[in-house]
Amino acid sequence: MPRVIFVTPDGTRTEVEGVAGDSVMATAIAHDIVGIVAECGGSMMCATCHCYVEDAWSARIGQRSDGEEEMLESAACEVRDTSRLSCQITLSSDLDGLVVHLPDAQT
Amino acid sequence: MKLIEDHLAIDPPEGVPVWDVDPYSESVLANPNPYYAALREQGPFAYIPRYAILACGRYDETKEVFSDHTRFVSSRGVGLNDFRHGKPWRPPSLILEADPPDHTRTRKVMARALSPKVVAGLREDFRIAAEAIVDRLLQMQGFEAVADLAEAFPVAVFPKAVGMLDVHARHLVDYGAMVFNGLGPDNALRRAAMARAPEIVPWITAACTRNRLTGDGLGAIIYEAADAGEIGHDEAAMLVRSFLSAGVDTTVTGIGSALWCLARNPEAFAALRADPALARPCFEEVLRYTSPVHTFARTADCNTEVAGVKIVEGTKIICALGSANMDPAKWDDPEVFRIDRRPAGHLAFGVGIHGCVGQNIARAELEVLLTVIAEKVAAIEPTGEAVWRPNNAIHALDRLPLRFRPN
Repeated sequence: MPRVIFVTPDGTRTEVEGVAGDSVMATAIAHDIVGIVAECGGSMMCATCHCYVEDAWSARIGQRSDGEEEMLESAACEVRDTSRLSCQITLSSDLDGLVVHLPDAQT
Repeated sequence: MKLIEDHLAIDPPEGVPVWDVDPYSESVLANPNPYYAALREQGPFAYIPRYAILACGRYDETKEVFSDHTRFVSSRGVGLNDFRHGKPWRPPSLILEADPPDHTRTRKVMARALSPKVVAGLREDFRIAAEAIVDRLLQMQGFEAVADLAEAFPVAVFPKAVGMLDVHARHLVDYGAMVFNGLGPDNALRRAAMARAPEIVPWITAACTRNRLTGDGLGAIIYEAADAGEIGHDEAAMLVRSFLSAGVDTTVTGIGSALWCLARNPEAFAALRADPALARPCFEEVLRYTSPVHTFARTADCNTEVAGVKIVEGTKIICALGSANMDPAKWDDPEVFRIDRRPAGHLAFGVGIHGCVGQNIARAELEVLLTVIAEKVAAIEPTGEAVWRPNNAIHALDRLPLRFRPN
């Protein structure tokens, strides 16, 4: 069970158990993580599941999906090199302990 | 190989109940909830002999079949006809009726044109139109909400957003209804819809050409992608057509259904008036509760298994989205309309790569309109019976007599 650690802008860390094959977004919704809205439910249409992947993990989670980069332009907060739409990150045992930072706002 | 409705006539898979029902009968379409409950009762799937298809209506299996685009494809049609065996009535949609990698290319262009950023720039126009329409209705003793509001608002804002120079309100609304009726079996609804094609389709096709669009609308964004070589110019015209088939009648339906929900649930409307920020969650609950698209189909593109049921390649599966959105295994008190439920995971817009590409604009139209109504209207009162209009894929009102009581 890959664990994911969500970090709010004030530094609060919440660790949850995810399921391999699920997205980081779905994991956040299943655990009521405030700060991931995911209005479109994972269709890469809304940019309200934006997160910043901690530097150490950035290389391991791979490239942005086709179209993800453009949809990030609609994100409510600053887009950085580590920005991802969490619906496009799929959990696996390799990502056990993944740390993602939540932006100040999603809408 | 035997075909029914231009798809492979499968035998009932082992363990799947045979249920002699017509999901496309006008009585089911007018009042679908008893059919949904019975469908869920059958099990994960039911075999419907008259069409030789599977139907699913429990949340988990409906979501699995509807969103797994590798096993359950859209390029063979999202209605009962399998495009591998029968000729589609119109050139298939490049986005609704397509699979990756073709779909990935067109979806990216459509998603750009309908992104939250683009939609944010339309909201002021939406508000001006909503205020004008609601102000006019407040002067009337009563009105017919389908024509006077549900149709009037999208027809006022959507063609303008697309950049259309030609606006024919009736054709715009009826084209969507026609496309959606075309997804059903060869019944009276489909035949009546097809009979109107010679009148409507040429107008739609002409209205989608570049010289009939402004240079600053959503349509222009699509044609710019063609200039950049991302898609062909012929494809651009087809994608603009998708705005019109999927962007007018669906929103008309959503608005009518939202008004119906609020008229029947005065306490919900009172809550919305007290806190207009509930407009967006209110629309999500309207979507869950009324499922404007009630049923779309998928085609199994391989031999596979879902919930222990063996499904053979070529099987048409109708996904009753309206049933999944009412499944008590997923939702507490599903038959209660709760304005603040925030029903994340409802299937009204689908989910995954085929999730509604226009959902941002639909949400913005509804949010703005419901906010304006909440600000200006004291009560929404029914003045007659609401009548539903049967359609093979859309659950829409035909008539909704209402009165707006002013503040």
